[in-house]
Amino acid sequence: MTARIGVVTFPGSLDDRDALRAVRAVGAEPLALWHKDPSLHDVDAVVLPGGFSYGDYLRCGAIARFSPVMEAVIQAAKDGMPVLGICNGFQVLCEAHLLPGALTRNSHLHFRCKDQALRIENNATAWTSGYDVGARAVIPVKNGEGCFVADRQTLDMLEAEGRVVARYIEGSPNGSMRDIAGITNERGNVVGLMPHPEHAIDALTGPSADGVTFFTSVLKALVSA
Amino acid sequence: MSAHIDTVTHAAATPDAELPFAELGLKDDEYARIRDILGRRPTSCELAMYSVMWSEHCSYKSSRKHLRQFGEKVPPEAKDILLVGMGENAGVVDVGQGFAVTFKAESHNHPSYVEPYQGAATGVGGIVRDILTMGARPIGVMDSLRFGPADAHDTHRVLPGVVAGIGGYGNCLGLPNVGGEVGFDETYLGNPLVNALCVGVMRTDGIKLATAPGPGNKVILFGARTGGDGIGGASVLASATFEAEGERKRPAVQVGDPFAEKVLIECCLEIFAEDLVAGIQDLGAAGLSCATSELASAGTGGMRVVLDTVPLRDPTLAPEEILMSESQERMCAVVEPAKVQRFMEICGKWDVTATVIGEVTDTGRLEIFWRDELVVDVPPRTVAHEGPVYDRPIARPADLDALNADDANALPRPSSGEELRATLLRLVGSSNLADKSWITDQYDRYVLGGTALAMPDDAGVLRVDDATELGIALALDGNGRYTRLDPYAGAQLALAEAYRNVAAAGARPLAVTDCLNFGSPEDPEVMWQFTEAIRGIADGCLALGVPVTGGNVSFYNQTGSTPINPTPVVGVLGVIDDVARRRAIGFDLDGAVIYQLGETRAEFGGSEWAHVAHGHLGGRPPRVDLDAERALAKVLVTGATEALIGAAHDLSDGGLAQALVESCLRGGRGARISLPGGLDSFVALFSESSARAVVAVSPSNAAAFEKLAADQGVPLARIGVTGGDSLEVDGLFAVGVDELRATSSAVLSGLFD
Repeated sequence: MTARIGVVTFPGSLDDRDALRAVRAVGAEPLALWHKDPSLHDVDAVVLPGGFSYGDYLRCGAIARFSPVMEAVIQAAKDGMPVLGICNGFQVLCEAHLLPGALTRNSHLHFRCKDQALRIENNATAWTSGYDVGARAVIPVKNGEGCFVADRQTLDMLEAEGRVVARYIEGSPNGSMRDIAGITNERGNVVGLMPHPEHAIDALTGPSADGVTFFTSVLKALVSA
Repeated sequence: MSAHIDTVTHAAATPDAELPFAELGLKDDEYARIRDILGRRPTSCELAMYSVMWSEHCSYKSSRKHLRQFGEKVPPEAKDILLVGMGENAGVVDVGQGFAVTFKAESHNHPSYVEPYQGAATGVGGIVRDILTMGARPIGVMDSLRFGPADAHDTHRVLPGVVAGIGGYGNCLGLPNVGGEVGFDETYLGNPLVNALCVGVMRTDGIKLATAPGPGNKVILFGARTGGDGIGGASVLASATFEAEGERKRPAVQVGDPFAEKVLIECCLEIFAEDLVAGIQDLGAAGLSCATSELASAGTGGMRVVLDTVPLRDPTLAPEEILMSESQERMCAVVEPAKVQRFMEICGKWDVTATVIGEVTDTGRLEIFWRDELVVDVPPRTVAHEGPVYDRPIARPADLDALNADDANALPRPSSGEELRATLLRLVGSSNLADKSWITDQYDRYVLGGTALAMPDDAGVLRVDDATELGIALALDGNGRYTRLDPYAGAQLALAEAYRNVAAAGARPLAVTDCLNFGSPEDPEVMWQFTEAIRGIADGCLALGVPVTGGNVSFYNQTGSTPINPTPVVGVLGVIDDVARRRAIGFDLDGAVIYQLGETRAEFGGSEWAHVAHGHLGGRPPRVDLDAERALAKVLVTGATEALIGAAHDLSDGGLAQALVESCLRGGRGARISLPGGLDSFVALFSESSARAVVAVSPSNAAAFEKLAADQGVPLARIGVTGGDSLEVDGLFAVGVDELRATSSAVLSGLFD
């Protein structure tokens, strides 16, 4: 018994193949979803991968949020389907108002690719249940607009409700408020994450295999459900 | 309206009408030859085409005579691996298991000086399309960059823009940037070098060529719409020397749209997968003029194009401008009529604009129509392949003897432990040797998930496909100072360094591409440097058994009458059967034995030490020994394959000292070194003798490794052991790894943040 996990390809998606590879690596069934297709083809979970969706010359993710596939993703997320937005996917989730806050230009104004240390803050989400709270994971970040911002009330709410999923440690790569690297929705099924766990599934091609737990966590949740 | 169109009929009727051929960069005799070919004066559209296609940038008119050496001095290894040789968009190499690799480097120096961001961005875009055109999926990029002094005012205008442009374009295409080099020298202050390399992979049966066979086949232009950008770029920009004209030339630099190119890549790969094209060409320099004339002359010999059908971004463009436009992200395909519908469907899926603009004919003529009038009627070969060939005068530089006599070995040297320590830190903290992560962290090195090694390791290593452990390695190197002192040796040293870097990463060197950056070919001394460098590369490739698969020539790299140091940049491709056996430079284990391989002589001509400590350039570059390089590579590759070697790093700029520093920093641990006997400590640490490397070997493998080196006749010295938190040399001095890191990483961030 396994689960089918869809990865959306927008025309400017770049890390979609990597996300599909990660899904396959943990034994789930990967399925590529096309941005113009409003059907989710009976997937059990969805990954919105990194990239530049529709070029992102406007605000990142601002156009993607209106694509046919996103209408289905938004509805499914509201119904409880696990959704992981990585980097550009996180930006799309914020634009779609599935997650609060916004990702803005890095505080140093440069794109930065870095092997980043994170602390996992919440293991109650569909995507992080396999981690221990407080675990250190080294996962690449690579973005130009990864600086998480929200008003103080929202930040306090996220902290109070334990909805900060991961935090940058040993130095912030982008100036995010309260070093936030990832957050979740109230229900814990939707997670947005700036770092790229799909690039940390094998030490041959990434800095570590620390990211694989995002994918094993959701598979376990789906299979045991 | 038709009265304003300079048709073929009109041209024949008005033989004495004056055309601005000189403003378009054509010489009197070149214009006369065009009139000869056509038997009349050219139309303005024809003149536009000839002027861009006969520019130095497109026609290689000064270099072609000399580039023939690459075809004449072909190593025997070529016949086993070379699937497509020089002359196509890029060479194709068989890497085994049914995979073929295509790679090429290209310069975008002048545009990057005028408009750093767009110049560098479109340089990446152009080389990626060259690789795509061969039928390959691009899987990685690298770049070789040279700027003026890091603290110079203009470097602060140029460098951040170039780096952001390379990142902005390459990151958005989803291509990992896995290596290259960055250098600083006064010689590049008014003329930076921006050389971009792309590598792609395909199945050996998937190669596509730039040809237009089959009368009746449709010519389809697809990708971005045509606009007014880059008009005359090829002739006006790339082939003229900079005076104080930067401002005026700005509109001639193209503007890039990486999202359009990303979509074009995916669209092309789907089209290739269904075998829908008979021939394909990208639109780069000289735009439609180049694509139509090259496709037609390589095919059945004729093509008919209706220029009115070209989708325009700017409807006011004149036909001459449409022909010359260098708008980016465009491709031109030749498609059988029965396959046009499916071709269009795939373009529709990706929202790529595609238009039938003409068809292949058997007339032997390239005929182009505008408003129902014939405005171009030429034999396409005369545009694309029969441009002028010059035999430029050559003269050995008058100052070379004096320069060679000014021996760097005679410069005052440090000797005490304290002086050597200070010298080491000064070099570590110099712009050329300092940590480059301020630059390279602006590039995505992880996308596509196949990166097994990237900068600051010696070579970029990429797995060619998920389904295999087969990998490729690439290194890109050049040294303008060595080449200034001796262009034949300097070019070979660049080749040897890239070859050594690939071997140090554990890959077997296979093939070569080059990007030749020189001053004006109209200067006989520059021409001498150029011919010597080509001779050096061709002879070197023959000796090392690695064929040249293609390359690029960039002339007119000078400001006023002062040319840059001649800078041939050489890229070497290697293959590694099991990508997990690649070797990084970092000392990643305690207690490993450190060996130095190769022979050290007192060689400081053109060295980083002479440059940093004395601002000196003189003497002779290090001696070239290609047999020694070949033997060293054998030891490095076998040592990696048999898992004897833990870490390996080539010795180049800054010598042994710099290599040890980099291996300590990369591995996060120190080393205790005792320098080999019989050599002055300064020479042992800072000489730049070639054909050398350091390796770290676990004690249990030491005997086997020593035997391997002995079997290949490679001199070996046991010089120390890894571990601790400082680099200690012989009781002479010690420097903490933290201090090394702080010194190295402070340089670029201090200057550019």
